[in-house]
Amino acid sequence: MAKVVAVTGNEAVAEALRQVNPDVSSAYPITPATDIMQRFTSFVSNGKVKTEMILVESEHSAMSGCIGASAAGGRVMTATSSQGLALMWEELFIASGTRLPIVMALVNRALSAPLNIHGDHSDGMGARDCGWIQLWSENAQEAYDNTIQAFRIAEHLDIRLPAMVCLDGFIISHSIERIEYMEDDKVQNFVGEFKNLNPLLDLDHPVSYGPLILPDYYMEYRRAHAEVMSKVPNIVLDVASEFEKISGRKYGLFEAYRLEDAEIGIVILNSAAGTTKDVIDLFREKGIKAGLLKPRLYRPFPYEEIGNALKHLKAVCVLDRADAFGGSYGPLFIDIAASLYPHKNGPVLFNKIYGLGGRDYLPEHAELVLNELAEVAKTGKVKTIKEYIAVRE
Amino acid sequence: MKLKGWKKVTPGAVCTVAGSALEFKTGSWRAFRPRWIEENCIQCLFCWMYCPDMAVNVKDGKMVGFNYDYCKGCGICALECPGKKGKKAIVMEEEGK
Repeated sequence: MAKVVAVTGNEAVAEALRQVNPDVSSAYPITPATDIMQRFTSFVSNGKVKTEMILVESEHSAMSGCIGASAAGGRVMTATSSQGLALMWEELFIASGTRLPIVMALVNRALSAPLNIHGDHSDGMGARDCGWIQLWSENAQEAYDNTIQAFRIAEHLDIRLPAMVCLDGFIISHSIERIEYMEDDKVQNFVGEFKNLNPLLDLDHPVSYGPLILPDYYMEYRRAHAEVMSKVPNIVLDVASEFEKISGRKYGLFEAYRLEDAEIGIVILNSAAGTTKDVIDLFREKGIKAGLLKPRLYRPFPYEEIGNALKHLKAVCVLDRADAFGGSYGPLFIDIAASLYPHKNGPVLFNKIYGLGGRDYLPEHAELVLNELAEVAKTGKVKTIKEYIAVRE
Repeated sequence: MKLKGWKKVTPGAVCTVAGSALEFKTGSWRAFRPRWIEENCIQCLFCWMYCPDMAVNVKDGKMVGFNYDYCKGCGICALECPGKKGKKAIVMEEEGK
């Protein structure tokens, strides 16, 4: 029987990692992800896992350690946030370009400067094009479930790419929620034994990692990477359907909430989706056909599927918890706009930037957006395509 | 060597065949070519020792010339060559001249 517990998001992710029992972890503490690795290192010290734990001097080294251990032939994981992810930047591309199935929990936090430790998506959005798979999680349960599924997706022999599991800093990482833990053996059977591909430690079949690839081959490797990325959505769905069988919880590429017959819709990532769904229910009671789309697989972005799920709406507002400076619009907006590009008669789009640096996203903010959506759906006209909400003038 | 298409490259650019660097001939990088002047050579083998590649051919313990498939023309051999009575046994000459 599954165990119902009251735990924080970080605690839930650490528990998933204990159950997976990876071969190696290399990590460096950073708020708000520290708690995951602090709990996990306790599991190591107390003999609850057989993981070889490498404590390093920086996140650059943490990811380097993961890369080495993964190339050597181990199941590998780590966790980080914000500046830590930023310091891993060059190694992120090396992990993905070398096709190493490392799993990393990313507890989303704002980037400096100004220095801020609270939840926003600027760290994960900054790393969205680094060749990793990204799964985003609304709450502790999704973070726990995504962590377990991430191992299966990343390690799939047709994929072999690193995967990030994103959850909102503090809002999810440090808040206690009711969640369901699965039994250890169920998780272990689900992730299965780690399968190697060209491990460095296979001395009978020596290999070299990290060769210089010049203009005569570099594009072929990038093209191959793009091809592998295009296979990810189907694997994500396969893994989700297997996961549903053992957990009873259903996952897709995204969550569509009351979207099928909706006329107006909000697209939003992670924890703020929960608040938004509550407000959508209130609007539905008033007879306003509102719905929500919450991307789960953000990289690779399922453009076709999301475009098809939104094309029938009259107006859509994309809420971004990060800005893409100089890119005119928020990063999620840019992707949603691209997904609707093939649909000439698609919805009118606009963009709100909210919740930066942990600024609260309140029901009244969702109300504000839904009221504007209802107006835009009626008139077909948008006053300002992009604006910040809940900001002082 | 026929270049492979993107469907045939190994995942993550991992080299699965040992010694495959032999297939990668770097001689075309060369702008200057070392020329061996045998009468000035004292067979000290400094050139063989200092060569960062393996582009100095040695047979029966003696320097016998260069492997131009791999020599990148760095000139270290010519710099280190003590020669005989002040006359170098290796000189660098511009390619194509």
